[in-house]
Amino acid sequence: MMGEVGRLQPQFPTLARQREADHFGMLIFLTTEVLIFGGLFAALFVLRAEHGAEYVKSSKAMHLWLGGLNTAVLLTSSAVVALMVEAVKAGGARLAKWLLSGAIALGLMFLAIKFTEYGLEYRDGLVPHLSPRNLHGGPDTLFMDLYFAATGLHALHVTAGLALLASLIWPFGAAPRDSSAVLAGNAALYWHLVDVIWVFLYPTLYLAR
Amino acid sequence: MKAVRTILLAWAALLALLALTVAASFAPLGRVLPYVSYGIAIAKTAIVAWIFMDLRKRDGLQRIAVGAGVVWLAILFVLMFGDILTRGWPS
Amino acid sequence: MTEAKSQVNPRMSQEAIPDTAEERVSYLAEGHTLKSWLTTTDHKRIAILFLLSITFFFFCGGIAAALIRLDLLTPAPDLLSNDGYNRAFSLHGIIMVWFFLIPSIPTTFGNFLIPLMIGARDLAFPRLNLASWYIFVLGGLATLATVVLGGVDTGWTFYTPFSSTYSNGAVFMALTAVFISGFSSILTGINFIVTVHKLRCPGMTWGRLPLFVWAHFATAIIFVLATPVLTIALVLVALERVFGIGIFDPRLGGDPLLFQHLFWFYSHPAVYIMILPAMGVVSELITNAAHKQIFGYWFVAGSAIAIAVIGFMVWGHHMFVSGQSAYASAIFSFLSIVVAVPSAIKVYNWTATLHKGDIVIDGPLLYALGFIGLFTVGGLTGLMLAMLAIDVHVTDTYFVVAHFHFIMVGGSVSAFFGALHFWWPKVTGRLYNDVWARLSAILIFCGFVMTFAPQFLLGYEGMPRRYHVYPAVFQPLNVMSSVGASILAVAYLLPFTYLFWSLRYGKPAGPNPWGATGLEWTTPSPPPKHNFETVPIVDKQAYCYPVGGRGEQSRPRTQKADDDG
Repeated sequence: MMGEVGRLQPQFPTLARQREADHFGMLIFLTTEVLIFGGLFAALFVLRAEHGAEYVKSSKAMHLWLGGLNTAVLLTSSAVVALMVEAVKAGGARLAKWLLSGAIALGLMFLAIKFTEYGLEYRDGLVPHLSPRNLHGGPDTLFMDLYFAATGLHALHVTAGLALLASLIWPFGAAPRDSSAVLAGNAALYWHLVDVIWVFLYPTLYLAR
Repeated sequence: MKAVRTILLAWAALLALLALTVAASFAPLGRVLPYVSYGIAIAKTAIVAWIFMDLRKRDGLQRIAVGAGVVWLAILFVLMFGDILTRGWPS
Repeated sequence: MTEAKSQVNPRMSQEAIPDTAEERVSYLAEGHTLKSWLTTTDHKRIAILFLLSITFFFFCGGIAAALIRLDLLTPAPDLLSNDGYNRAFSLHGIIMVWFFLIPSIPTTFGNFLIPLMIGARDLAFPRLNLASWYIFVLGGLATLATVVLGGVDTGWTFYTPFSSTYSNGAVFMALTAVFISGFSSILTGINFIVTVHKLRCPGMTWGRLPLFVWAHFATAIIFVLATPVLTIALVLVALERVFGIGIFDPRLGGDPLLFQHLFWFYSHPAVYIMILPAMGVVSELITNAAHKQIFGYWFVAGSAIAIAVIGFMVWGHHMFVSGQSAYASAIFSFLSIVVAVPSAIKVYNWTATLHKGDIVIDGPLLYALGFIGLFTVGGLTGLMLAMLAIDVHVTDTYFVVAHFHFIMVGGSVSAFFGALHFWWPKVTGRLYNDVWARLSAILIFCGFVMTFAPQFLLGYEGMPRRYHVYPAVFQPLNVMSSVGASILAVAYLLPFTYLFWSLRYGKPAGPNPWGATGLEWTTPSPPPKHNFETVPIVDKQAYCYPVGGRGEQSRPRTQKADDDG
């Protein structure tokens, strides 16, 4: 499958139609991801609607600056990925590989900051079950539960996105040959979605006042 | 090159919006803050979708595919909160 | 080689008929090894793989149903324990909903026919199609694991806080099974949407698509937009069960109704997943039986889309007595009444299509007529349930059970059997004995009515659902229902006999035994692997039957053909 990226499959009349179909299919898949996270946001919004005061209190205890830094990291990685797709389209294989590495490094940085945050929360006694010293078993615990569920699911998607990006470099090195930027484009779309989800998670979890 | 410039400008705008949203959380906006925060988030999403995800260059069908997720989430939230906010429970 | 000719039945032979020339080059002949089937990307073979899988689960769900109806023969809890009965109806629901009804028509006939109907060589993403089947099988294995682990007792609806906190059954495994099956649905949905948009042959405009394709397109939209919300709802229940996180636990500040909102946001559109493909089938069966253009093509096509869209806005009618606010309930009630309109439009249009048509009464038509009658009753009772005052009285009674079985079983399953009979010659290349087909259709209809009509009365009189202990006064109707169920069981088994028989003894079907329109009938039966030798070019509307009926095809089909047959 990796060998000849963009070879015309028998069910498609033209290569152009096949590429349209590939992108279209990817966008529909992204829509399903939006709806999955939508359910998580619904849970968070319901908690806020039903226990507003405790929600705000819990949100204030979050590491706002680390979260903000992570947001900047992800937004930058999205820009880098967008540049990477332009490079692939222009045939600049080496530049594309560097940009890919840069995006992956930023993604890893996001995960590192995230896990640092988790560690801080553990130290501060804000982790349900594992370190609940400062939690009182009510909506504040529920907030932290949803925080871990939402950011945990998001981190899983970040990891999947990183794997997708990495697959463009290793082991088959598809990026240089993908002159139509289909695979690169689809991996990029997934990465942008991961970014957008975080863009909404940040104010929801960290900036509720 | 023009594409690169557009992407870099978009990136700058995104970081500016990020700074704005953090600053807004410190401002005494009270009940308006969620609208500001989510308005900014929507603006950031629009930039990512329009410029990074190339929606400006895609055909209507692909834009609908992305838009459908947003519209359907809206259906979920509007009707669900139509229940939650009108139950009359003490908040 | 001589071939004994049956005087009475021109479709069957006394002796086994070996492979025809078409069969030797068909998709069935492309590799006879197990590996060739398990690694296929041919949509037709994948359809057969799905057909075998869902048939297996139909039997599993049927066994659970048999246990239920046997236990309900008496008012006392004598066959199953309370816990056992809970597990029986839960497994019946989970298996029938997610492992039979939701995949049934789309993954079998949708997979097989959509590329043929639009003049394509395959679906847009053949490997995703195969992945969808493997994921389905994995989910099925998880379901069997659930049974082995003792079953689950939460009902197919997994309501919190029972499922998340108090149940002692294999809830996590059941959640996993359904979670996995959701991905199968999503992949199929993506495949269908992209296929219909991008793979239509030249001349196949949206206005010339068969209504079967429109119905599956609408279904695919629901697959893609509804299923993810179920996915997250199940994940949250699993997290609560394993880690006790309290999203649905009021003691921790959670809201049990949040689960119901997320669950029914998916599960109401899911029932439209279960009925829309059936409606697509019925459109094909009715136009063919009447040999006439569909009445109101755009109304039927548009109704499918309208059902898919409005169907997302009515889920609260499952929550009228749950504690949902009265204002929300009123809105959902109104929208639920609105969603009945497009369904009614379809029923009127089918009826108008039959009017003055050149009707031949054969098996597929009888299944379609059964659908129309039973679906109408189910739909009307659905309207009753949409009305707040009535629903408060009959909620969680057998009235609701009867309502949804009329639609899902009387409707969808009848249409599934109709599709099986109509396209069997195309899929297998063989004809079957239509007398048996008509007999089965009538027996299914009668068995069905005997099983489920009494349940309307039981429910209205107050018998709750999910109870196997009931006041003795309800026993006669329960006995009638159980006897009907046994007739229904026999009726469902019947097609397996004569259809399998036809595989060896049925006469070759030829490309178009029904004289139907539609691109699938222009290919050989069974079709070759790539469907079309040359890409078809379409220049006619769908259902472009000649005015004036069938001409020489108007002869009843049970008479002996006077040519070499």
